Amino acid sequence: MASQTLQSVPAEPSPARHEMSPEDAARRDAEGQAYFDKVMAEDSRIEPRDWMPPAYRKTLLRQISQHAHSEIIGMQPEANWISRAPSLKRKAILMAKVQDEAGHGLYLYSAAETLGQPRDAMMQDLMSGKAKYSSIFNYPARTWADMGAIGWMVDGAAIANQVPLCRASFGPYGRAMVRVCKEESFHQRQGFEILLELSHGTPEQKQMAQDAVNRWYAPALMMFGPPDDDSPNSKQSMAWNIKRFSNDELRNRFVGMMMEQVKVLGLTLPDKDIRFNEETKKWEHGPLDWEEFHEVIAGRGQCNAQRLERRREAHQNGAWVREAAAAYAKKQARKQAEKETAA
Amino acid sequence: MSTPETTTDTAAPAEEAAGHGDLTVGVQGASGTGEATASATRITPGNALRPEDIALAVSRGTAKPSEDAAELALRLGDDALILAQRLGHWISRAPELEEDIALGNIALDQLGHARSFLSYAGGLDGRSEDDLAYFRREHEFRSVSLFEQPNGDFAVTIARQFVVSYYQFELYRRLADSTDATLAGIAAKAVKEVDYHRDHSAQWVLRLAHGTDESRARMIHGFQVIWPYVEELFRDDELTGRLSAAGVAVQPSSLRADFDRLTGEVLAEAELEVPQVQPAPGGGRRGLHSEHLGYVLAEMQVLAREFPGASW
Repeated sequence: MASQTLQSVPAEPSPARHEMSPEDAARRDAEGQAYFDKVMAEDSRIEPRDWMPPAYRKTLLRQISQHAHSEIIGMQPEANWISRAPSLKRKAILMAKVQDEAGHGLYLYSAAETLGQPRDAMMQDLMSGKAKYSSIFNYPARTWADMGAIGWMVDGAAIANQVPLCRASFGPYGRAMVRVCKEESFHQRQGFEILLELSHGTPEQKQMAQDAVNRWYAPALMMFGPPDDDSPNSKQSMAWNIKRFSNDELRNRFVGMMMEQVKVLGLTLPDKDIRFNEETKKWEHGPLDWEEFHEVIAGRGQCNAQRLERRREAHQNGAWVREAAAAYAKKQARKQAEKETAA
Repeated sequence: MSTPETTTDTAAPAEEAAGHGDLTVGVQGASGTGEATASATRITPGNALRPEDIALAVSRGTAKPSEDAAELALRLGDDALILAQRLGHWISRAPELEEDIALGNIALDQLGHARSFLSYAGGLDGRSEDDLAYFRREHEFRSVSLFEQPNGDFAVTIARQFVVSYYQFELYRRLADSTDATLAGIAAKAVKEVDYHRDHSAQWVLRLAHGTDESRARMIHGFQVIWPYVEELFRDDELTGRLSAAGVAVQPSSLRADFDRLTGEVLAEAELEVPQVQPAPGGGRRGLHSEHLGYVLAEMQVLAREFPGASW
């Protein structure tokens, strides 16, 4: 589909690259690049077996692993309320949701592994603080209503971001996103339902819902990333068909959706400047505190230390279990081999 | 309502080659019936008995428990609820992502069973699952000590789950034949899920026992910590005597032989001894609980009690 004339160049060369003459290596890169360019022009897909520019590989690896880390760290604020969920049905839904996030982390780590980095190495980068994750998860989940606001706004923003990623040029990422988005849309609906129930409940419950919406609104908008004129990587990602819409474009679209839905909830968004610009046909919102955004990314958010420590603790406490499983698998394999030799 | 096969050989050493390495083996215990192809983990709402269905049947009066059946449902519902509460803590803290998912699944299954049993128990006097879960006091709960035990390390959790799963499998397998149609329905669904829990915990017992020196020591410790609470599971009392006479449920003591045989097979394969520990007297069925339960309830009930009568 991608090309009639140009052929994919395998990512793993044979003979190995260091055994090639410089001329052969250069010719190979040129052929690979030509195929890659053709795929980009045709808006088709690159697969793990294909040659790809080193910068493309690096960008994807960073983005997919960050996305996976966000799912894993993102389990924590919601896991915080599993034990206290106020009804058994809500408890079941919340458990299933947090479990889904672990599943998303798994798909995404697997997609990233196809680019050549093992899960364990990515995990180490997360725990050492070298790799980033979405800064939204460094805010605390203070009340039950936060389960609603996170589902409705945070997962809502994630969907707005991720639906276009279903068409990302890297095959494994795009395919993972299809499944992730299906589950995320269920998550968003359950968040909306929590807020709806609260806003139609007692005055205290409604207040709890409003307070959560007030606290999560700005951080959710900032999930789309810095404004376009301050987003250095966006342009290249768009040229590579990874990103389809600019940060501001997605953010504005999201604000419009929130504005419609918040009316159904009977709540308000804490932003007096939201309006639909008739000239540009786009939604606009008030100023966001980008200084806070950069502070949280730099590690100075409310929960940065807590989230990472919890991940490290779980990882360290589980080390002996993983070692045992590996040792057992090895022994079983040896037994199996002995059996086969004997037979 | 189909009943899974009574020959429970899924954990037998003879099945080892196809068994413990294969996560799907657990559901094979239900072969030969129309529901044999049903997945243990993916039950479609179409043919599964959901807690909401039971609550609806109870409110319409099409299902109404006898006083004794309600008490049994309360016992089994409380066991499952407290265990779900315990297991839920592992989500985001497990040794591997795969175990976050697996333990989360088991917690969800247990919570589902709890909701079904409690919805049915509440049918006696019109209380909902949430009335029972959130607005009873500690002495009104009917869970036994085993289910209340803290998670400990991963080996303690696995030891507890191993005992629970083999016990619940024998229990639900028989309860699926109950003269009480609702209890039979809940059990027939639950036994398939618990079969998977058996497989999960048995595999981990083998892995930890034959893994490293450390994991073996921890597995032995895990069983030592858990085993004092095994005895209570199989204790008969007046209620179980009446239920047994009425064909609603078998005596707990009658589950013991199969439990000992099947857990014994796994322990033998793991080269572990049944711990020689003294049994704790228990008393949860009469409302006399471990010291742990109060904390579990305090955490579970706090928000619901802040807003009594509120809807969520």
